Amino acid sequence: MLLSEVGYARPATLEQALGVLAEHAGGRALAGGQTLINVMKARAASPDVLVDLSGIPELTGIELGPDGTLQLGPMTTYTELIASPEARARPILGEVCAQIADVQVRNRGTIGGNLCSSDPTNHLPPLMVAIGAQLTITGADGERTVPAEEFFLGVYMTAAGPGELLTKITIPAGRSDGFASVPIGVDGTCIVNAAASANGEIRVALGCVGAVPELVRPASGEAEAVREAVRASGIDPPGDVHASAEYRRHLAEVVAVRAVEQASKRARE
Amino acid sequence: MEGNGAHRAVETSKTITVEVNGTTYEREVETRRLLVHLIRDDLDLTGTHVGCDTGNCGACSVILNGTLVKSCMLLAVQADGASIETVEGLAEEEQLSSLQQAFSDHHALQCGYCTPGMLMSATALLRENSSPSDEEISKAIQGNICRCTGYWNIVKAIRAASGQEVTE
Repeated sequence: MLLSEVGYARPATLEQALGVLAEHAGGRALAGGQTLINVMKARAASPDVLVDLSGIPELTGIELGPDGTLQLGPMTTYTELIASPEARARPILGEVCAQIADVQVRNRGTIGGNLCSSDPTNHLPPLMVAIGAQLTITGADGERTVPAEEFFLGVYMTAAGPGELLTKITIPAGRSDGFASVPIGVDGTCIVNAAASANGEIRVALGCVGAVPELVRPASGEAEAVREAVRASGIDPPGDVHASAEYRRHLAEVVAVRAVEQASKRARE
Repeated sequence: MEGNGAHRAVETSKTITVEVNGTTYEREVETRRLLVHLIRDDLDLTGTHVGCDTGNCGACSVILNGTLVKSCMLLAVQADGASIETVEGLAEEEQLSSLQQAFSDHHALQCGYCTPGMLMSATALLRENSSPSDEEISKAIQGNICRCTGYWNIVKAIRAASGQEVTE
């Protein structure tokens, strides 16, 4: 398919990338392109300029700190994360990435792209919210760090505004996490998903039920407490050809319980 | 000055160099051109197919710098400097690769449209895992859609190509 005409730059540094984005209001960052290129084919997005981030060393790499904190470069691909010995410090990361789409998409698609596209059916936004990730955004005015629950602002909208880039993902130490979903086919797009963390307090983030992940904090890991917390959250999920709103609301409770069960089981191990 | 430099770096066409199946090509391409069209239309390597053009079917799969990708979800300029393997690179002269021969022996194709992509996905799998289980094979070809075979014969062929026993 022939895309609309688009300018292309492949800067070698973060500073250059921010410079190109600042000069082109219609510019968009191109990470792995596994969403953006398709969206451009459908003419759902028509950026004037693509700023290919693949040549910027600062945006890659996985580092495990002595306290167990993980720092992920946003250009890390799903496949790189799955294969990374360091990333196994937080096992849920690789486990969830292995459920995304297929080999080809996992080889190109990036962690940062998954987060910045802020598609409500994506896997990683609820996961990052549940495990308490901190996301660092860099722009012309410097950098700031926000908790994941403040990063997602709406469908396709994040706290990384025009001219800014997500530059670092910081994940605290912890192993007692869970993830559950009802996808359209194995590893397909999620109808509903939920990520849970039982490292200290129990945090559950529901995906696909609203514009952004819904964070709920059940009083305990007991199934009924989790169900009650989901019901009390006031989620108002959309209905579509795959699931009615009512069915999605039901599934949200189901996957939340499953995710918490997995997290709690690991907490006991 | 640095800002000006960054501005100049935005291009709408670019001369790129790619190595495909061992041959180096230099072409000027529009930046909006998809890699699959470079391969098929500019380099005339029409073994790589366009099936869905939406990134779902995997018929356009190629191996880029050792990594399996869908060439319809990549701009040609993103492949500048890359080494690419397509289905044309699998056979040596007229001699099919053992994987291709296994596809023939086990009737792993009917219409054949998905076959180039299937072969590239299976090639990538067998390089990483010389003795894959049926489940690992299924997972490896998850990004490739076949509407003829029901996949069983494809799984058998890949199993056979890995030297494992296949029950018909």
